[in-house]
Amino acid sequence: MRNKDISRRDIFKGAGALVVTFSLFGSVADALGQATAHIDPYGNSDYLDPTSLDSWLAIMQDGTVKVFTGKVDLGTGVETALAQIVADELDVPFRRVQMVMGDTAKTVDQGRTAGSATIERAGPQVRQAVAAGRLEMLKMAAARWQVPVDKLAVSDGVISVIGDPAKKVSYADLIGGQLFNVKITAKGTQGAMQVAPEVKPKGYQDYKVVGTPVPRVDLPPKLTGEFTYTADFRLPGMLHGRVVRPSTVISKPTSVDESSIAHIPGIVRVVQDGSFVGVVAQTEWAAVQGAAKLKVTWSTPASKMPANREEVAKYIMNTKSFTDNGPAPKGDVDAAFSNAARTFEATYHWPFQNHGMMGPSCAVADVRGDKVTIWTGAQGTFTTRDRVSDMLGVAKRNVDVIFVESSGCYGRLTTDDAAEDAVLMSRAVGKPVRVQWMRADEHVWEPKGPQQLMMVRAAIDDQGKITAWDFKGRTFPWTEAQGTPQLGERQIGQKNTAPYPGSPVGAGAVAQLYDILNQKVMASYVPWPQDDPTPLRTNPLRSPGEPAGWFASESFVDEIAAALGVDAFQFRVRQLTGNQRAAELLQSTVQQSGWKERPSPAPAAGQAKAAGRGVALIARGNTLVAAVAEVEVDRSTGNVAVKRITVGHDCGLIINPDGLKFQIEANAIQGVSRAVMEEVKFDETGVKSVDWRSYPVITFRNVPEVDIVLKNRPQNPSSGAGEPGIVPMFGAIGNAIFDAVGARLREGPFTPERVLSAMKASGGISRRA
Amino acid sequence: MARISLKVNNKTQVVDVDPSTPLLYVLRDNLELNGPRFGCGLAQCGACTVIMDGNAIRSCVTPVSAVQNHNLTTLEGLGSVAKPHALQAAFIEEQAAQCGFCMNGMIMNAKVLIDKNPSPTDDDIKRALDPILCRCGSHLRVIRAIQRAAKSMEV
Repeated sequence: MRNKDISRRDIFKGAGALVVTFSLFGSVADALGQATAHIDPYGNSDYLDPTSLDSWLAIMQDGTVKVFTGKVDLGTGVETALAQIVADELDVPFRRVQMVMGDTAKTVDQGRTAGSATIERAGPQVRQAVAAGRLEMLKMAAARWQVPVDKLAVSDGVISVIGDPAKKVSYADLIGGQLFNVKITAKGTQGAMQVAPEVKPKGYQDYKVVGTPVPRVDLPPKLTGEFTYTADFRLPGMLHGRVVRPSTVISKPTSVDESSIAHIPGIVRVVQDGSFVGVVAQTEWAAVQGAAKLKVTWSTPASKMPANREEVAKYIMNTKSFTDNGPAPKGDVDAAFSNAARTFEATYHWPFQNHGMMGPSCAVADVRGDKVTIWTGAQGTFTTRDRVSDMLGVAKRNVDVIFVESSGCYGRLTTDDAAEDAVLMSRAVGKPVRVQWMRADEHVWEPKGPQQLMMVRAAIDDQGKITAWDFKGRTFPWTEAQGTPQLGERQIGQKNTAPYPGSPVGAGAVAQLYDILNQKVMASYVPWPQDDPTPLRTNPLRSPGEPAGWFASESFVDEIAAALGVDAFQFRVRQLTGNQRAAELLQSTVQQSGWKERPSPAPAAGQAKAAGRGVALIARGNTLVAAVAEVEVDRSTGNVAVKRITVGHDCGLIINPDGLKFQIEANAIQGVSRAVMEEVKFDETGVKSVDWRSYPVITFRNVPEVDIVLKNRPQNPSSGAGEPGIVPMFGAIGNAIFDAVGARLREGPFTPERVLSAMKASGGISRRA
Repeated sequence: MARISLKVNNKTQVVDVDPSTPLLYVLRDNLELNGPRFGCGLAQCGACTVIMDGNAIRSCVTPVSAVQNHNLTTLEGLGSVAKPHALQAAFIEEQAAQCGFCMNGMIMNAKVLIDKNPSPTDDDIKRALDPILCRCGSHLRVIRAIQRAAKSMEV
């Protein structure tokens, strides 16, 4: 949140403090646009009307262009990228565009900011909406001068008559500070909404701002301390809350001894509701100490945590799935296997991993009777609104959820726990409460990326082509899904009405790249063993399920290539005859990496440190990513140093090449971290990964070089880039380790112990068999 | 509670707080300096870094009573959007942040590094910043930004 954005909400900067007054819908300082929102934001609906142009666009008197979107910026730069789209479509200078993001009372619900869909889905929605606005303003000017619309031109927000440049009017002079009061078309909801499809937007040939590396608008204040993150948001009279949760399956607090913290000055209230326990205090430090020292005795949980990942693996393998899905099968897999020259089979396994937000969950809530205001970094402010409305039994329209950016979250804030915690505490004390989780709260209770098992079989003909592919993925679904009661709600007694909901994704999305005639791909989801909230709960983790799913399939492709004695790149090209776009991307990526064609593993050089390279290719939606990893494996310790990653990326039309490169680079680095070192540890007594020592992530000395090959296809629509870049990393690195030491890792992460044990299992040989 | 005098960003201010309070909470909640951030409260991530008498300290584990009579500098003390410090300008120039939450630790530790070693190598930077965590993966740009700042400060 930058200060100029919040000025719109009567937030003044006084004496260095942010002070907020309460006039949510009647802002005086800002009789700006969106007056619909000021009068009655919802009309007869719980949502701002997407068919009103005013819901999307406001031209201010000073010429500022405000565009309202339900999407939010999670630190990836989409605020800047969307503004680039707007600037081009409206022919206004980039710096004049302001995005207002993720306020349930002021923006259209375009779906959660998730699934790498902001540029792909909301981009066209915003583009069409402002194109409709541009056309409206052209019509107004055309009527003024009695000329046809196509005789008008726009430059820098000024409409003029072609051939009669004396006739000109700025957008601001036309409609600045006023409503459009114009209806546009909007069909469908959220990400699938079609906005003003009847309006023809510009062609990509006419883009001036799109395609250029416009610097991020949010970065300067983030680098000087002037940016307002959720954690920095303060209200007058605001109190501080901290939560008290066990590190295991939640049971009942049999005793909460308030006297144990009575000596701490500033404690306001111990809030207990069902199994929810929180401490509210006047200062943060009092709340921190109070929550740490409060004596709570918990009953024995109704069910135990699993003892270790092996036990979870057995459970996943042997428990009847409740849902199985996948693409329609192709061809006749069984026949292809019986006719095969050779067949292969392997099982892969990936553990629970954390999102690991640097800043733990935080939210501010103000519950005043049946009116609730929440400031949060949620990926889905509408989801938070609906959950809180349900939890408190108040109307949706009485809950205003305002996005204030948090720490980068990578899917974690699709579940807005801190907001519910803050609501429960604010309701109890009748004052605004800011809740911040402590580090252990976040590490233990963040909803994790679930453990996955992948079983793959393939049949090969005598030409070395894959003729059949049989992939089975098994995992847990999200416990925390959009629209179901979440942690705080369940603690106060709300039952999880749909215990195993959500749209399972990930492990099924393999094998769509290669021209394999016979395919069966199935993702199966097993129910959770616990009914009570467990710290092994799950929600989407960056490109849900896919890094591990593609680790399995791209390792398996590599295993086959190695067994056939064929270069890993060449072997893939052989299976890509029907996918020119992927073949081209793969080709330019390996070329950039300096790939020398030869089979894996590399001929043993006999050094203590063995070098290897590996490749992986993935598709996610319409985005393609190829990656080459170069590693050095220490034969005596098993330590894997990832030296360089080369990434080729094709996501259609590039909006901001610098922002895109950064996403790719960041995905590569986070991917290396998850590939080589990250695993959530637990036993029957609870989660043992409680901080950055017990759950280490990559640090400077282990960060590889990252080399990027961007493929721009301006004639194609933009597809996602926030997540696809991480997807090939596990596979490329695993394949590079095999290339270096001849040991195949079918389980991650690739820790020294696991690498040593795989080397031992492969006979300790590092030579080609 | 105790009255404690703090010299932060060349300004002396008196706060009335529990003297055991970690400096971080006092800077943020009493002085409303948002630059230093809460990441872990365990001195494991560096997001709370401030400079005390020329050295980087972790304000999340430093009691406020221990820093009286010392010179403290926070991110705000380096510069502003209107007048950025050379390091902040270089980070902006290199677009070296994603969510930006960890950047206080990056910039403050880089400041201490450059003050002591005006021409750091990439390895010097990696060593100095290794204890500072970033989850978004901005590391490579951070290194470039620090190199750029060091060069701009040479003249």
